[in-house]
Amino acid sequence: MNFENISKKQLFKESQIMKIHYITGICALFVVAIHILMRVIMPYNMSLEYENVVMNYHNIFYAILLEIILVLIAIHGFNGLRIILIELRQNTAWEKSMTILTIIGMISIIAYGTRTIIIGNGLEI
Amino acid sequence: MGWKFNMSGKDNSGDHSGNDNNEEKIHKKELNGPKKTKSVESKSKFTDKTITLKIFRINQNNEKSNSHFDEYKVSSKRWTTVLDTLLDVKSYQDHSISLRYSCRMASCGSCGMKINGVPRLACYTKISDLISEDDPDPTITCEPLANFPYIKDLVTDFSQFFNHHRKIMPYIQNTKNDTIDSENLSEYVQSPEDLDKFLQFSYCIKCGLCYSSCPTVATDMNFPGPQALSQAYRYFIDTRDSANKTRFNIIDDRHGIWRCHFAGSCSHVCPKGVDPALGIQLLRSHLLGFNKNEKKIAKLREK
Amino acid sequence: MVVNDIGENRVNREGLKGWLNPTRYGWERVSYWFQRLTGIFLLVYFIGHVYETSSLTNGIDAWNAMLELTQTTGGHIFLILVIGASTFHSANGIRLIFVQSGKGLGKPGRPDYPYDPVSLNKTQRSGIWIALILSAVAMLYGANVLFE
Ligand code: SF4
Ligand code: FES
Repeated sequence: MNFENISKKQLFKESQIMKIHYITGICALFVVAIHILMRVIMPYNMSLEYENVVMNYHNIFYAILLEIILVLIAIHGFNGLRIILIELRQNTAWEKSMTILTIIGMISIIAYGTRTIIIGNGLEI
Repeated sequence: MGWKFNMSGKDNSGDHSGNDNNEEKIHKKELNGPKKTKSVESKSKFTDKTITLKIFRINQNNEKSNSHFDEYKVSSKRWTTVLDTLLDVKSYQDHSISLRYSCRMASCGSCGMKINGVPRLACYTKISDLISEDDPDPTITCEPLANFPYIKDLVTDFSQFFNHHRKIMPYIQNTKNDTIDSENLSEYVQSPEDLDKFLQFSYCIKCGLCYSSCPTVATDMNFPGPQALSQAYRYFIDTRDSANKTRFNIIDDRHGIWRCHFAGSCSHVCPKGVDPALGIQLLRSHLLGFNKNEKKIAKLREK
Repeated sequence: MVVNDIGENRVNREGLKGWLNPTRYGWERVSYWFQRLTGIFLLVYFIGHVYETSSLTNGIDAWNAMLELTQTTGGHIFLILVIGASTFHSANGIRLIFVQSGKGLGKPGRPDYPYDPVSLNKTQRSGIWIALILSAVAMLYGANVLFE
């Protein structure tokens, strides 16, 4: 009988990660609901016109809302992906690379989305 | 074969549960009486049938690609279990079939196998429950339990499964009471309510059906599986045990309890009503702190 | 390692096929399967959506070109699927958060034959059904808005 001593060099404990997962999920639900409401308070097609969209980005509160959605969903989504991936194979190399991969994915999508929000905020109509 | 007739006791669901029923439950059963007779009547229409038994054949010393199914014709009666037919085939048609069984009454947990694609106990599954009355050529397929390594035919290797069970420390540990001093050792005081909290989980017979049905175990071999995790809860909630922290540290792992996603398949197949999914969710609620652990460690009775 | 080394010849894990097949084990398994598939689908959509909206930064022409690409019948059907998936994922996700915190599960007791697991109870099943129905309603509403 050998009791494996799995290295506990994780930044977060798995239970903490799961708490983050739950909280980001619930919060995302609310902010996304507001985001979708913005599309239907005026006729859907009109809401997608360039000027209206840029107007949205000029509203600082809406821009902040978008940023929050971006961060919440990126964390929730990529952590979900990590969970699915580490269940597939079990060896240190695979787990490490999958964790790094999902973190890179998370950061790059946040960076890319933030770029849109910042530029969109400064756009002239 | 006299024992075959003993098996028919299973029809009568009231007698079967090996647990000490309280009177209320027995009473309830009697109230349901008429309904039950009806179902027995409808079953009694089942006439003797010749069925085809497909058995998965493999030998760990040969290549996996050599595995195949062998088919046998056997007759079955209303009360015949899959284990009965397997033993029939082994006795009279093909002695080389390997299978594992012992108690023939769902107590030892050694006859688990995949019957018609779903993990079940062979001694606990009646042919008449699996096939329909008007099927002209009923076929029953027996395969080894999935997620367990092959040994031969229907016999599988349980060592990984038992290792996971061992890892969660399935025994009472108590640092609050001196259990070494045998002079003063007596019994722990536990109320019936304390008992009810874990009794259900202690009925586990380690048959491995839940482990075989779990979608996470299907790919994750470091995941303890429903059986081990529900046993962790069984000791966690037992008032005689004080090793909660230790067990939490073992299961709060990357491949620990969080890889359970409540697909419920374990509870679906468990033949003893253990409901491992319930144990896992309750354990998780304690781990998250949503369920306060008001457990008081039991005291030793004064001698 | 917990797992002893077993030869390739003896491995019998169900593997990916195990979780890709939602039949055999009742509705909870179906909900597990849906939760995963919708999760992956929504992540893909999310990445696509961030990319799609980034065309904004290239001015009105790029934005309109992107709109032309996505505001098609196929694009609308895809959006309706996204609406359905996100509704199911949210509703079922809330149910899962509740059960994983030990709510709505029933109490352990003395099991009696025929054993009906208390954790797979009516509350859970109706939760799954509510999630499915809500997502159907949301998809209808979405179709109504998109194809008006
Ligand atoms: S929990 Fe049920 S299915 Fe799993 S090993 Fe124990 S008795 Fe068998
Ligand atoms: S033979 Fe003992 S459980 Fe089936």
